[in-house]
Amino acid sequence: MIQARILIRPKEGILDAQGKAVEAALPALGFEGVGHVRVGRIVELEAESIDRLEELCEKLLANPLIEDYEIETIG
Amino acid sequence: MKWGVLQFPGSCDERDALNACQLAGGGGPGQARLVWHEETDLSGLDGIVVPGGFSYGDYLRAGAIARFSPAMTAVAEFAANGGPVLGICNGFQVLCESGLLPGALLTNERTRFICRQGDLIVGESDSPFLAGLEAGSTISIPFKHQSGRFFAPPELLEQIESRGQVAFRYAPGQNPNGSLNDIAGVTNEAGNVLGLMPHPEHAVEAFSGSTDGLAIFQGPALAGAAS
Repeated sequence: MIQARILIRPKEGILDAQGKAVEAALPALGFEGVGHVRVGRIVELEAESIDRLEELCEKLLANPLIEDYEIETIG
Repeated sequence: MKWGVLQFPGSCDERDALNACQLAGGGGPGQARLVWHEETDLSGLDGIVVPGGFSYGDYLRAGAIARFSPAMTAVAEFAANGGPVLGICNGFQVLCESGLLPGALLTNERTRFICRQGDLIVGESDSPFLAGLEAGSTISIPFKHQSGRFFAPPELLEQIESRGQVAFRYAPGQNPNGSLNDIAGVTNEAGNVLGLMPHPEHAVEAFSGSTDGLAIFQGPALAGAAS
């Protein structure tokens, strides 16, 4: 079995509403000088092979119209 | 006309959709039934509604998991054969995720859940769902969603516009979520599949303040009678 970590993020150029909301909250908490916050998600999984992970990302884990993904094997 | 209204775990507007279908047909329990997400037999049904709610908890992305349900496989076939399919709110998200409609729905610009009555402008579309509505006219129905920001990459957006696939736009100044080109609802190229974020099924009886939503449910029967 291989272990993979898949990072899914909103595509560049698409307004990331979650990222904006987090960014807007920072100054009130005293965090100055932090910007360009983007919120994505990480999916960790185990698979017998890496072969179909890309297809899995395209079909389910990410929506290629609005999200980019990166597959990283971690073991 | 007999309607099937899909029901996923987490759907919540299916009863109102069922009621709207029945009212559109003149009333009576024979004109609409619920279709559980595990069903694959849509025989005897003339139209399908994919209702609002939070199918499968909306995990991952709204509509992403519902797309793989047995009922949705049957709906894809039903749509490919020209059957009228209406997706409302979460149903719109499911249809986009399924590839039955173009584009995607993102979290509202201001991340808030919105819930209020608003106006839509009817688009220039040949969709059977718009058979009872005049292009350019205004209808008032509830806006009720958190992930309703319509998005399509520039090339796809241009295609949607030029092929007359924009069925509804938010009235000027009323775009509640940052949707591109104020788009509130789109159809597939053939026009038999319509998805919209606002809720026509909540505006079919006088007590709710507007009955403007009813025309959308009456459209396919009208279009059928005219053809």
